[in-house]
Amino acid sequence: MKIHIAGEDALIIYFAEQASPHIAAKIQKAVTLLQKDCHDVLIDLVPSYASLLIIFDLFKCDHHQLRNRIRVSLLGLNHVDKLEGKLIELPAYYHEKVGLDLQRIAEKAQISTAEVIDIHQSLEYHAYAIGFAPGFAYLGYVDQRIAMPRLKTPRMKVPKGAIAIADRQTAVYPSVSPGGWNIIGLCPIDMFNVENDPIMPVSVGDRIKFCPINQQEFLRLGGQL
Amino acid sequence: MSGFLIQKAGVLALLQDQGRFGYQQLGLTQGGAVDKMAFYWANRLCQNKLSATAIELTVGGMSLLAQGKATIALTGANMPLLINGEKKSLWQSHTVVGGDVIEIGYAQQGLRSYLAVSNGFIVKPSFNSSATVCREGIGGLRGEKLTAGDFLPIHALTTLPKYHLKLALKHQPVYAQEVVLRTIPSYQQHHFSAYQQRLFYSSEFKVSEQCDRMGYRLAGKAIKANIDGILSEGICHGAVQIPADGQPIVLLNDRQTIGGYPKIGSVISLDTAKLAQLGQGGKVRFEPISMEAAHNINHLAFSLFERTQLNTC
Repeated sequence: MKIHIAGEDALIIYFAEQASPHIAAKIQKAVTLLQKDCHDVLIDLVPSYASLLIIFDLFKCDHHQLRNRIRVSLLGLNHVDKLEGKLIELPAYYHEKVGLDLQRIAEKAQISTAEVIDIHQSLEYHAYAIGFAPGFAYLGYVDQRIAMPRLKTPRMKVPKGAIAIADRQTAVYPSVSPGGWNIIGLCPIDMFNVENDPIMPVSVGDRIKFCPINQQEFLRLGGQL
Repeated sequence: MSGFLIQKAGVLALLQDQGRFGYQQLGLTQGGAVDKMAFYWANRLCQNKLSATAIELTVGGMSLLAQGKATIALTGANMPLLINGEKKSLWQSHTVVGGDVIEIGYAQQGLRSYLAVSNGFIVKPSFNSSATVCREGIGGLRGEKLTAGDFLPIHALTTLPKYHLKLALKHQPVYAQEVVLRTIPSYQQHHFSAYQQRLFYSSEFKVSEQCDRMGYRLAGKAIKANIDGILSEGICHGAVQIPADGQPIVLLNDRQTIGGYPKIGSVISLDTAKLAQLGQGGKVRFEPISMEAAHNINHLAFSLFERTQLNTC
């Protein structure tokens, strides 16, 4: 475990080099421990794949004090069981019409776009983090063959529901936003809706499976083109 | 009901408070006033809690009709303020009564101003904050910017104060076209070679047209990291992200909570406020400072803020 400076009121804990279901469980536990032990100086916590960003009140403590408190608090991290989240099935409309980067991924992998789709939907993913935008769940990991680096210059507008890949991560964009991920399809399900209960269908630790649908089903499920 | 009717909303008017905290785990961004000190001063001039909801006006061009007694104060960017056609000072409280028309012109210096009103605008909080984040559709009246015809309710004053409050000229900030952004080297700084770091801290960058409350994309010498991306991680306020094209992006209040571009450091909030007062073409330089120095600067600035008395007039 390494604790680094992030900003004037922020430290970041790196738990491992790579994410794994075990590390995800550890981070979840760390969140609970810190909320209990450091609540008087905490402003916000941002858990992610293998790290935890801690925003603190710089008028109440400095980073040296906080580092010590974090180390003491996280001594309680010893025995954490593996997370076994619920299985969520997300419908996925994969098509070159909406999957703007399908062709590029296929070319890089030297396979057909149908194979890219097949590889993407064949695996079960873990939700490792939620962030970037409300309801944006980071899922891992896609098969190495369809891994793709982020766009050099991010798009100014990625559509709501876009299913996308960045390196070996995949996600569904919950709303229109700028973004640099490679788009392969669209999902008609709301990933974040204040009117829904729960607000988000996916929580950290859940398992996710994409189920291919056609355009008709996509529209019937409320998808918009 | 007492309040203000918006006759003209101007370029971008948003209801804002200090920001939304504790919900980044759901991916909700921070939001809130991007020039925190100017926002605090507007509230102090109206004798409010520092966190009372005010309007953040970008570029300007707003007009409001008062319906009830209140004090108002405009701080931040230098936008001409007229009440019933009469020119009024910024950084000072003014009283208005029902029927008064408040007009705010276009910024002559700086980019964003804050209009506070006695007791703050009444807004139903979303996730404990009134901060409007348009991208998320959360906060403010409907998760959107204000438009003509919107009515902003207030708790009106029963009697008008006998004096006004004013911030002395020497305490008012000057919004320059060139700013130095004090930056704490952090995050992936070790993935930038000594040469790239020197290049970053010695070059001048210009604010590109892609600048908003989410982040400011800068244009200048390309800075290269020795990695393309990282495992996505939490992004703090002021973080300077370097995408593969080498053009730095300083992330502000409405930033994404998590991202995977390498970051070379984080700008302190007193300086992101100056950055947010720049428009396209503004010039910036980065200067490295330690975490300890950043804390000192923050404590001194806030202590000065608390010790500075407002004058009565």
